[in-house]
Amino acid sequence: MGEEFSILPLELDNVSFEAGGKRLIKDLSHTFETALRTVIIGPNGAGKSLLLRLCHGLIGASAGRIVWHGAGDRDPAPYQGMVFQRPIMLRRSVAANVDYALALRGIRRRQRPVLVDEALVHTGLKRFARQPARLLSFGEQQKLALARVWALKPQILFLDEPTASLDPTATHTVEEIIAAFHAAGTRIVLTTHDLGQARRLADEVLFLHRGRLLEKAPAARFFAKPGNDLAEAFIRGELLWWRRGIDRREKPAGEKAID
Amino acid sequence: MPEFGAAFAEALSLVIRLDRDLAEIVWLSLKVSLAAVFLATVIGMPLGAAVALFHFPGRKAVIVGLNALMGLPPVVVGLIVYLALSRAGPFGVFGLLFTPAALIAAQVLLVVPIIAALTRQVVEDLWAEYSDQLRSFGAGPGRALTALLWDGRFTLLTAVLAGFGRASAEVGAVMIVGGNIDHVTRVMTTAIALEVRKGDLALALGLGVILMVLSLIVNGAAFLIKDTVETRYG
Ligand SMILES: Nc1ncnc2c1ncn2[C@@H]1O[C@H](COP(=O)(O)OP(=O)(O)OP(=O)(O)O)[C@@H](O)[C@H]1O
Ligand SMILES: [Mg+2]
Repeated sequence: MGEEFSILPLELDNVSFEAGGKRLIKDLSHTFETALRTVIIGPNGAGKSLLLRLCHGLIGASAGRIVWHGAGDRDPAPYQGMVFQRPIMLRRSVAANVDYALALRGIRRRQRPVLVDEALVHTGLKRFARQPARLLSFGEQQKLALARVWALKPQILFLDEPTASLDPTATHTVEEIIAAFHAAGTRIVLTTHDLGQARRLADEVLFLHRGRLLEKAPAARFFAKPGNDLAEAFIRGELLWWRRGIDRREKPAGEKAID
Repeated sequence: MPEFGAAFAEALSLVIRLDRDLAEIVWLSLKVSLAAVFLATVIGMPLGAAVALFHFPGRKAVIVGLNALMGLPPVVVGLIVYLALSRAGPFGVFGLLFTPAALIAAQVLLVVPIIAALTRQVVEDLWAEYSDQLRSFGAGPGRALTALLWDGRFTLLTAVLAGFGRASAEVGAVMIVGGNIDHVTRVMTTAIALEVRKGDLALALGLGVILMVLSLIVNGAAFLIKDTVETRYG
């Protein structure tokens, strides 16, 4: 946004993540190209949140490489933003929440009020500016989380189920804000359990199951006919754990069982 | 108990007309405890925050030391300060024993563990809650420290009040290091102990009333702060 260079594309090369003696992300490879919107779907516990946190650098990979090809010598961190599954509100006013995010990015005090204002207007939170952030409703808190990253103008934005437990109107507003990010040139990577939302927002779909990337495809092709039968069952709304022989099926074709 | 009734009436009159002896003792107590709490905050807060956020060599020793201090009976803290300040002790050359400075030192030692422990709790909890978001914004624990202290400011204030409560109510340690010398190191608690022994219930009761009011104010303030914060900031 407003800059010549981009830290993208982001490449994950055989990335694994282990915790508590378990492999929670398994040999995942994918390149997040510029300008696409990626939607990551998969059942609870598939590793969607972990994958976003790995990409964003909040946790380190146990194996494999995560490379920002465009970053060169620069630290890619300040060009990224993330909206978490549960909004984390500082114990301050709505405006002060945005202001603090800008302060941490080293924006001068005198320049901040205008940016804060713009972000709040953009997300429809202007009238709450002076209110304590933690007294906002869940949906309003999620919008404030979006306002904070809006002010930061990231090149890539990770959104972890941004509309989980929002009503249809709020969901619509949040999707509009995400569309505005996209229009402004921010790369979108989003997880969701809302398949309608996945259809509306995705250019590219990743299907994750038990820490494995079972399918990646352009959205149109994915929703027409997923190549992986677990993915197909998932988008038809079948209960995956009900199906037998999952452990055989979850391996991508041609790969040996190496857990 | 007519004697008690008379003593109580006399005590109230001492308080109301601000008897000079009584005022002097109250004033010295407040000065000593406020100074001690100020110093304990300056020492205890960074210590608590550091223990909460950073892994540094000696961190475990600091934790054990603070917990041990917290569990020590005040007379033992008094004894430690006494030994440290006595002529043969490491700080003997300063001649601080039986001066208000000795009182302050003892109270600092009593209050630092309280403030450090509560600060640690507050900062640890806030960091656990905020860390993902703040690190996403590019702030590690170091840069986030001021934000954590600021967002925890009301709870930290109640920690300081708790420290003041402990400092002003304590008698054993200040008795040992101050000696309860009239016009020099006689504070409210030691004066009460002495006057009761002498049988002068009026002054003791008057001071007791003041201590009680002080305690009410401190606890009321702590309650109000907590209450306001919960309703105003969630
Ligand atoms: N630090 C950790 N230590 C051990 N296990 C963990 C850790 N973090 C996550 N997990 C486990 O990793 C798995 C994937 O977690 P993750 O939060 O990424 O799932 P998810 O796909 O986001 O699920 P949901 O749709 O419910 O949000 C879960 O089984 C979780 O219990
Ligand atoms: Mg998740």
